[in-house]
Amino acid sequence: MSQDTKRLSLILLFAPFALWIVLLILLPHIGMVVLSLREKVAPRVYEFGFGNYVDFMNEPIYWNTLMRTGSMSLLVTVLALLIGFPVAYYIAKIAGKRSRGALFLMCLIPLWVSDLIRAFGWILLLRETGVVSSLLVWSGMTDEGIEFLYNDVTVVVGLVYTVILFMIVPLVSTLDGMGDDMIEAGYNLGGNSLTVLRRIIIPYAMPGIVAGCIVVFMLTSGSYLTPILLGGKNSSWFTEQIYDQFITRFNWESGAAFGILLLAFTSLVVWLGLRLSGQSLANTVART
Amino acid sequence: MKPTILCVGLLAATALTAVSASAETLRLLTWGSYAPEELIQKFEEKYPDITVEVTFSNNEEMIAKLRATGGAGFDLAQPSHDRIYAAQLEYGIYKPLDLSQINTDVMSPVHLEAVKANTTIDGDVYAVPHQWGTTGLMADMTKAPDVKSWADLCDPKYEGKTSMRLKRTILLATAFAMGQDPFALYSDLDQYQELLDQVADKLIECKGNIKAYWQGGDDLSAMMLSGEIVASETWDSTAYRLYDQNNNIVFIPPETGALTWIDTFAIPAKGNADDAAYKWINFVLEPENITIMSGSTGAIAAVKGGADLLPEDKKAAVNAAFTQEDIDNLKFFANIPPGVEDMEGKTLEKIKAATGG
Amino acid sequence: MTDADTYDLECTGISKDFGSFRAVDDVSFRIPSGTFFSILGPSGCGKTTLMRMIAGFEDPTAGDVCIKGKSVLSVPPNKRNVKMVFQHLALFPMMDVYENIAYGLRCAGATKDEIASKVADVLERVALPDLARREIHQLSGGQKQRIAIARCMALNPDVLLLDEPLGALDLKLREAMKIELKLLQHQFDTTFVYITHDQSEALVMSDYVAVMNAGRFEQVGRPEELYHAPQTAFVAGFVGDSNRWTGRAVEVRSDGIKVETDAGLTVIAMAHGNEQVVEGQAVELFVRPEFISATKPGTPDSDLPADNSYTGTVDGVLFNGANSRVLVRGPAGDLIEADVVVTGGADDLREGDPVRLHWARAQSMCFAS
Repeated sequence: MSQDTKRLSLILLFAPFALWIVLLILLPHIGMVVLSLREKVAPRVYEFGFGNYVDFMNEPIYWNTLMRTGSMSLLVTVLALLIGFPVAYYIAKIAGKRSRGALFLMCLIPLWVSDLIRAFGWILLLRETGVVSSLLVWSGMTDEGIEFLYNDVTVVVGLVYTVILFMIVPLVSTLDGMGDDMIEAGYNLGGNSLTVLRRIIIPYAMPGIVAGCIVVFMLTSGSYLTPILLGGKNSSWFTEQIYDQFITRFNWESGAAFGILLLAFTSLVVWLGLRLSGQSLANTVART
Repeated sequence: MKPTILCVGLLAATALTAVSASAETLRLLTWGSYAPEELIQKFEEKYPDITVEVTFSNNEEMIAKLRATGGAGFDLAQPSHDRIYAAQLEYGIYKPLDLSQINTDVMSPVHLEAVKANTTIDGDVYAVPHQWGTTGLMADMTKAPDVKSWADLCDPKYEGKTSMRLKRTILLATAFAMGQDPFALYSDLDQYQELLDQVADKLIECKGNIKAYWQGGDDLSAMMLSGEIVASETWDSTAYRLYDQNNNIVFIPPETGALTWIDTFAIPAKGNADDAAYKWINFVLEPENITIMSGSTGAIAAVKGGADLLPEDKKAAVNAAFTQEDIDNLKFFANIPPGVEDMEGKTLEKIKAATGG
Repeated sequence: MTDADTYDLECTGISKDFGSFRAVDDVSFRIPSGTFFSILGPSGCGKTTLMRMIAGFEDPTAGDVCIKGKSVLSVPPNKRNVKMVFQHLALFPMMDVYENIAYGLRCAGATKDEIASKVADVLERVALPDLARREIHQLSGGQKQRIAIARCMALNPDVLLLDEPLGALDLKLREAMKIELKLLQHQFDTTFVYITHDQSEALVMSDYVAVMNAGRFEQVGRPEELYHAPQTAFVAGFVGDSNRWTGRAVEVRSDGIKVETDAGLTVIAMAHGNEQVVEGQAVELFVRPEFISATKPGTPDSDLPADNSYTGTVDGVLFNGANSRVLVRGPAGDLIEADVVVTGGADDLREGDPVRLHWARAQSMCFAS
C-alpha cells in the first residue's frame, strides 16, 4: 500500500515535467522537423525531401545572415563577458553584504520592462531627434543632429544591455562560492594580480563563465525585437529571416527548416565552446 | 487511464468554448482602427445576444493565423482583395459568401466588381469590398516641395531624409516608376523575375538614401512629424492624419498613379458565427456607421458616394490630395498568382541583406 | 654578525586599528630560526589579524615586521618569503595535486624540470609520493593538510604560517596530525608560526607559545612555563584546566598568602605574576585538578598533613579513563574538581561518599585582580 502511494506520488511529481518536455518541447520540434522535410511542388501538393535545406545552402543571403547572426552573437557574448565579469566580481567579492542586494536589484531592473519597451527606450535616446543627439546639438558639439540608430554598433550595444544580466547572475553565484582565502593563497604563493586572475579566479569561475556565455549566446542569436528595431534598414538577423518565411512568404516549410538550422548552428557553437573550454553541460549550466 | 481522462477533459473544454462561441461571439480578425469601440458598442446594443471580440493584425499575419488553424478561430477576416485568391487555392482558409445575405446594393459597383473578379473561384465569391485607399507619397511641402514620383525618394537631394516600407508595394511602385507594368507580367513569371531583379538593383542603390524602412503607421508618423524625414512612401490614411497635425505634410499621388488596395470582408473556412458576421457586414455598411468607421480608419468606404460620407476634416485632406485626374489614374492591385509572393519575398530579402550604407 | 641572522621573524611594537577598534595592540616578539612557535588565544583576540599582517594581507597601523632581519612592510604579499597554510587550506580545486604545488614554483619562474623534481621531492617528504595526479576532492582530510603544507614548503619559505589548519578535522585525525605537524617541522627545519585557540595543540607541538588576549601578548614562554608558572590570571585560566575562585587576601607573608574565597573557603596560596598582592586585596586563585588529591577518610593518605585540607561529599564522578575526575561539594558549599584514579575496584569514590581533599600551598596560584 505504502509502496503504491510512494509510486503514485513519484509519478505525480514527474508528470508535469514529462508533460512539459513531451508536449511543449519534444512534439513541437518533431513537428518542425517533419514540416521542414516537406517540399512544396504545387498548391496543396507536398513531397518528402530535403529541398528546403538545399534552398538554404544555395542562397548566399541566408548563409550570410546566419553567419552574421552567429558572429555578432559571439561578439555580444564576449562583450557581455568582458563587462559582466568585473561587475560580477565587484558584486560577489568587493561589495558589502548590504550593497550587494541593491546592486543585484539594479542589474535586474531592465528585466522588469518588456523587450519592446527597452528597445523603444533606446530609440528615444538615440534617434536623430532623440535625447543624446539633441544634447550634443544643444551643447554645440555638433551643428546637426546625429543618427545613432540603424547600425551594427547600436544593435550590439542594445543586445549587450539586454543580456548582460544573464552573464552576471551565474558569474556572481560561482564567484560567491570562491573563498577569499583562495585568492589570498594565490598571492601568498607568489602570484601577481595577473597570475591570480589567469590561473585561479578565471579557472575557478569557468563553469559560471561557460554557463553565462551559453545562455547569452542562445538569447542573443534567438532575439528578434532588439536587432530589428535598433538595426533598422540594415538589420539582417536570422530570426527575422525565419519570421519572414513564416509570415510574409507563407513558406512554413522553409521557415521550419531555418528554425532547425538555427538550432543546429547554435548547438554546434555551444558544443565547440564546451570542447574548447574543457567544460561539460553538467558542471556549468546545470550547476548554476 | 490518465491520458484518457486528460483527453476527455481537453475535448470537453474545447467543446465548451466552441459552444459558447457559436452562441453569441463574433470573433473579428482585422486591421488596427477597423473596429472602433464606438461601433462595437452600437452593434452590441442592436444585437444584445452578440459579443464582439477583436484581434488586430495585418495581411500577412491574418493569413498566417488562419493557415495555422485551417481557417478556425475567427468568424470574420478583412484581408486586402489581392490576398484572397492564392491563399484560398493554397490553403483553403475561407468559405464562399452567400451574397444574398449581404446588402451589396449600397456598394460602389467599381469596387464590388473588382473584388468579385479577383476572388471568384469555381463560381464562388469569397470576398466583398469594405474600405479602399491608396499607397502613394507624402512630403513636407516646406522641405521637399517637388516630390512627385516614386523615384524622388531615391533623389540624392534628400539623402538620409526619406523612408519607405520594405514590402511588396514598393517593388510594384518602383516597377511602375521604371515605366513597366508589373501586373501585366504576372502571367509570365520568368519575365516578372527579370523585372524584380531590376527593381532590386534600383532599391539597393537607393538604400543609402533611405533613413530607415518604416514598419507601421506609428513609426512613420514619428519620423515625419519630428522632421527626421521629409518624404516617404505612405498609406493615404496615415498622410491624412499627419495633415491634421501639420498642414505642410500632404499626400501626393505619384505621377505613375497611386496604388489602390481594397480591404474586404471574408469568412474563414471554419468560422462558426456566419449570421453574426453577415450582420456585422451589413451594419457597418449603414451610412452613419460608415462615417464613424472612416473617421477611425482614414480610408474611404467602398460604397456609392463613399467619399461624401467621410468626416469633414478627412474630406478636406482627400480633396487637397486628389484631382479627378489622379482618381482616373489609380492602379488597382492585381491578384497575386501562386508563387509570386515567394519571388517577391526573396527580392525583399536581397534588398534587406544588401549593405547600402 | 648581528642578532638578526638568528631570528627568522621579528615584530616590534606592531598595532592594527579597524576604525576605533584596536585588534592588535603593541605586540613585540622575535622567533629564533627553526622554532615551532604558537600563538594561542580565544577567538577575536587578534591572532588572525597579526598573522595577516605578517603575511602582508593587512598593513600594520604602527610597528615593524622583519623577516631575516629585513623590514617587509613595503614588500607586497606575493614577494614576501612567508607562506601560509589557510584555515580551510585553500587548495585550488580546479588543479590536481601536482599543479597545486607547481603553482608557486611557476610564479617563481622555475623551469619545467626544476618543478618536476621539486614537486616529487616535497611529496616524498610529506610521505605522499603517489598522489601527484590526484584531484583535490579525491584526497582525505589528512592528505589535504599535508598537500597544503607541501605546497608552501616547496618554495623554501623563511617562515611558514599556519592558521588553525586542524580546526576542520575530526578529533582522532586532529590528534594524529598534531604529532605529524611537529615531525614535519623537524624535518623541514623551518620556522613554523602556528595560530590556534586550542591549548592542547599549542602545548603539544610548540617550542614556544605566546598567549594572546584582547590584542596583546599576555605571556611568551615554553609550554611547561605557561602551565606551571603563568604570569597572569588569564594565562592561568586559559592554559590547562583549573579550579578558579575569586576572593580576598586576608594575610600576606613571605612564605604564603592566606586567601578567603567569596564562598568562604580559606586557602593558603603562593603569589604569582608581576603584581604584588597586599593584605585585603581582591585576588584570583587557581588550583589545577591534578594537584588536588581526593581520598576516602580513614585511608592512610588522607591523614597526611597538608597546607590545605578539607572534607566534603562526592557530588559526581566524571569518568574519562586516565583523566577521570570527581566533583566535590566542599565545606563552603562550592564545587571543587579533583583528578582521581578510577580502577573499577571497591575503593573507588562514588557519589555521596565523604571525601578528604588536600593540596600544597605551592599549587595554589594567587593573582592580584
